[in-house]
Amino acid sequence: MSSIRADQVGGRIVDNTTEVPGTRAPLVLNMTTFGQVTAQVSKVSEAGRAPLAWYVAFAGSLGLLGLLGVCVLYLIFTGVGVWGLNTPVAWAYDITNFVFWVGIGHAGTLISAILFLFRQKWRTGINRFAEAMTIFAVMCAGIFPGIHVGRVWVVYWLFPLPNQMEMWPQFRSPLLWDVFAVGTYFTVSLLFWYTGLIPDLATLRDRAKGRLQQVAYGLFALGWRGSNRHWHRYERAYLLLAALSTPLVLSVHSVVSFDFAVSQLPGWHTTIFPPYFVAGAIFSGFAMVVTLAVPAREMFGLKNLITLRHLDNMNKVILVTGSMVGYAYAMEFFIAWYSGALYEKFAFVNRAFGQYWWAYLLMVSCNVITPQLFWFKAIRTSIPLMFFLSLVVNVGMWFERFVIIVSSLANDFLPSSWEFFTPTWVDIGTMAGAFGLFFTLFLLFCRFLPMIAMAEVKMVMPAANAHHDEDGNHHGTPAPATGGPS
Amino acid sequence: MTTLETPVPTIEPADSLSDSVKIHGLLAEFETPGDILKAAEQVRQAGYRWWDCCTPFPVHGLDRAMGIKPTILPIMVFFAGLTGLIAAFVLQAFTNSSGMSVWAMVWVTGYPYLISGKPLLSIPAFIPVIFELTILFAALTCVFGMLTMNGLPRLHHPLLGNDRFRRATDDRFYIVIEARDPKFFRTRTEAFLESLGAVAVEEVQD
Repeated sequence: MSSIRADQVGGRIVDNTTEVPGTRAPLVLNMTTFGQVTAQVSKVSEAGRAPLAWYVAFAGSLGLLGLLGVCVLYLIFTGVGVWGLNTPVAWAYDITNFVFWVGIGHAGTLISAILFLFRQKWRTGINRFAEAMTIFAVMCAGIFPGIHVGRVWVVYWLFPLPNQMEMWPQFRSPLLWDVFAVGTYFTVSLLFWYTGLIPDLATLRDRAKGRLQQVAYGLFALGWRGSNRHWHRYERAYLLLAALSTPLVLSVHSVVSFDFAVSQLPGWHTTIFPPYFVAGAIFSGFAMVVTLAVPAREMFGLKNLITLRHLDNMNKVILVTGSMVGYAYAMEFFIAWYSGALYEKFAFVNRAFGQYWWAYLLMVSCNVITPQLFWFKAIRTSIPLMFFLSLVVNVGMWFERFVIIVSSLANDFLPSSWEFFTPTWVDIGTMAGAFGLFFTLFLLFCRFLPMIAMAEVKMVMPAANAHHDEDGNHHGTPAPATGGPS
Repeated sequence: MTTLETPVPTIEPADSLSDSVKIHGLLAEFETPGDILKAAEQVRQAGYRWWDCCTPFPVHGLDRAMGIKPTILPIMVFFAGLTGLIAAFVLQAFTNSSGMSVWAMVWVTGYPYLISGKPLLSIPAFIPVIFELTILFAALTCVFGMLTMNGLPRLHHPLLGNDRFRRATDDRFYIVIEARDPKFFRTRTEAFLESLGAVAVEEVQD
């Protein structure tokens, strides 16, 4: 039982994934003082040079970002016809990518808000970069509907602005709900992320040696000085933001699913879509967090802060949400059969056995079958396997959106208008380019901002408990289970 | 520490007034959350009013030890959410359901448009935007309200010019008693802070 005590950690990575009743598994390994946390996390942004792997990854990401620029400009100057879209498949890669990225963007706020309300303290190690990932993913998502409108220069028509035509957006359309849902989600996620960053930016400001760093971090730290009168309002604001973000994160993908569910198309017009989309979003989001966390903790040496326990927990979430998604797939089929609606039945049989059977098979095997491997602890705690499985889930969730969108559109009511969608190079280039944007922003974030929420990690360390000293323990014994909330 | 006495508010010759106007206050450094928690309790009991604790993270129990009143932020956020809710309803009802012209910096006219036989004033269809704007208004008020009440952002603060204070965002815990406090007396307050178990006490220039 004492094998998980932090004071026995000295110098080696211990297994903190075991559960010992009455004891809290340490969330920070190999260090007992606050200064060590500050030094280790700040070191990443203070270092004169990043690890070589960072430069390699950054160069690759910049290349893809350039490709995005080329594809988007080509689309704007030529027209939406450069994509493989045509009647009846008027939505394909663009909306697939939009839903994919919005889905990825769900993990950050889930970790920061819902796990905060549930007092899951392990969130502190991963919330910062999961939130950053959310913001970058929503930025990627925003590109696709933005450029899909065709005439990008009038994209402000999406917003209810007074105009000389005396026309307004149609609020009874789910597409407009999307504008508000995704816009609100981006704004609130950004606020949440930035609020969390303020104390850590102040840390970097106070440690900065160069004038440029002092000014840059100083400006964004807003003059934060850790006053407890400030902390009091800050903590209340953080709690309120978590409470506001929790229904928000559930609403965003619900609203995205309304784009489909509110339409009349068989295969789209189903009431299960909102919860099914939300579960899928959390599923894909957590997979992306694992995909990013595994290399990031290796590259910047943060294995004692993003521990195996954090990864193990995330893999459990992937297992649960993957099973929910599997249930939703099965229930869709059951309802299609049970409804007795001819078109509905056809849409689902066609989805699994029609011209897109390969995509459906890929989706089911990636999203339902492979995540079940996470039942085994050996797989949940194996770094290479979890990295591979997280990639599999990312691929599977991309195909889920593709299957839903394209298979329903390609074979609609009239067989005479059926079509097989084929992407053009611009479709593929834009998709790859969005990954470039995402990774470029993420790598810049890793390099220049504190990747781990230092103030929050310090709060969950045993030494942060004010009654810690009275127990006579100075060396990081886990706080008693009766310890108050942070 | 029951040996402490409340400083007597008399002007001592050693504490020249010119001294107390030049300095911002006294800074006492503590090593652990437990130390500052006990010290903060004492400072409050000693009757100081213009003082603060600065910590790298919120120390549990410090709010109570300092006697901080609960913030009104939740009430502000509630009313902001309500404003968002009403604004979203009015926006949608006006633009989609009424043909009215009103002056809102410019003349704007609603655009009632009958689509799919749906009612012009379709409450269920308005719910998503109502919900989103409720959250948006509440969240913006939450963050900017918190910052405003904290007096942030600010470009400088006397404490930020102090080298010792740099560890306030790292691993040390500080109590600051400001010179403008009626009970502040340079030597007495310094002795008082030292008696609380501070590892260092120093003057902060204004």
